[in-house]
Amino acid sequence: MTTLLKLNEVEAHYGPVQALRDVSLTVSEGEVVAVLGANGAGKTTTLRAISGTVTRSGGIELDGKEIRGGPEAAAKAGIAHVPEGRGTFVELTVTENLRLGAYTRRDRNVKKDIERMSEYFPWMVERGGQRAGTLSGGEQQMLALARALMSRPRLLLLDEPSLGLAPMIVREFFRIVRELNEKEGLTVLVVEQDARIALRSSSRAYVLEVGRVALTGTSAQLQGDESVRRSYLGY
Amino acid sequence: MQQVVSGLASGGVYAALALALVIIHRSTGVINFSQGEMATLCTYIAWTLTVNHEWSYWPAFVATLGFSFLFGVVTHRVVIRPVERGNILRVVIVTIGLLIAINGFVVWQWSGEPQALASPFGTDTFDIGGVIVSVGDIGTLAVTIGIVILLWLLFQFTKVGLALRAAAVNPNEARLVGVRVTWMLALGWGLAAVLGAVAGMLTAPSVGLDPQMMQPILIYAFAAAVLGGVDSPLGAVVGGLTLGVMLNLIGVYVDFVGAELKLPVALLVILVVLVLRPSGLFGRPEVKRV
Repeated sequence: MTTLLKLNEVEAHYGPVQALRDVSLTVSEGEVVAVLGANGAGKTTTLRAISGTVTRSGGIELDGKEIRGGPEAAAKAGIAHVPEGRGTFVELTVTENLRLGAYTRRDRNVKKDIERMSEYFPWMVERGGQRAGTLSGGEQQMLALARALMSRPRLLLLDEPSLGLAPMIVREFFRIVRELNEKEGLTVLVVEQDARIALRSSSRAYVLEVGRVALTGTSAQLQGDESVRRSYLGY
Repeated sequence: MQQVVSGLASGGVYAALALALVIIHRSTGVINFSQGEMATLCTYIAWTLTVNHEWSYWPAFVATLGFSFLFGVVTHRVVIRPVERGNILRVVIVTIGLLIAINGFVVWQWSGEPQALASPFGTDTFDIGGVIVSVGDIGTLAVTIGIVILLWLLFQFTKVGLALRAAAVNPNEARLVGVRVTWMLALGWGLAAVLGAVAGMLTAPSVGLDPQMMQPILIYAFAAAVLGGVDSPLGAVVGGLTLGVMLNLIGVYVDFVGAELKLPVALLVILVVLVLRPSGLFGRPEVKRV
């Protein structure tokens, strides 16, 4: 498998506070990789460093090419970031959210892709005129995912998709992510508090602790190791 | 009835300027106090083109819109953007500074003498079932409605319009999907300046072109925007037309108000709306999350 994303000794700061220290990780094409860890371990910051929404240093390469600049540049390079707490434009309609997802695209298949979203989200097309803010939490999370897909991303970044959602909806969400990965070869880097479901849906995982990579391995290994589960994953 | 039609015409002008205020408020979160002066400057450009360079009206009209668009974009990039982060008061003060600076420039460049800008519609009137209607009023109304529809199409059906709205409602999210938000804000300022120029060029023929021309209009536009809800483009249009008709009727039928007290009435409207319904007719009340 070829390496799609490579982080090499990445550091990130919020003002004087250092949030990431020497984080190195790789994601191969077609892989689902999880980033786990406690609150404040730097999971969200890792994603923000990749999409350029936080000041960072160190090397971040997509397809062997260094990514520089803000989130606009990352979006153009093919990175779709679904931020924490639903990434939707609540004042715009479902269809408008999807159209915005395709903002960086120059081809003419956007309409077709919007219709295709009903394969994964059957309710979405017929409710295209509804304002995103009036959707339920779970539907908004699905819409955020669909919007990210609309950019036909090389790499999908998911930040705590389970946050504030009912367990059943979380399972449905991850089922769709797995299906996208298997059917369409979508590469995913997912940050989760809910280690159980994240490990079940990924092939490899990194565990962060106070801004560093404390542990890495295949998801099966981490799931099987009871001491790891107790001390790092809390279940 | 006559008063209603001419009220609609002046209301159209208020609506255009109010819409300019709303566009900037939605994206930048501030009221642009220099909106009226920017419009005055653009109207002087139109006057210079038609009188000094002897252009005919419509080419000058279009050229002025082009100029005002660039003027708005450059104003945002050069003057507003450096102070945009942080305290909103800074931006407000800068727009007030712009008001004074542009006004000073206009007086220096064109003198304070009132000038006459020709009306493209002439001064004819005609009679529809006993109602005397002036061509100028109808033309004014038609141009504003036309511009509003064009803007609506832009915002609703084009990619750039969608990006403009996205940048206004959620700039961080917009950047994540690849929208260059600072350029969208500049574009918003450009569109607002265009609306202002339209308002200015439609106002000048009836009130005369002088450096203070747009100042009362700006107050009416404030009232219209507040009435409609300062975040609602539709509200700005409805508010503008309503205010135009209302002020005209009051000016004619309420003896003690007359023409002189129209401005205080507009201020009264602002006050009453802010007290009774701060979000205006079409605005959504601000919901604070606890």
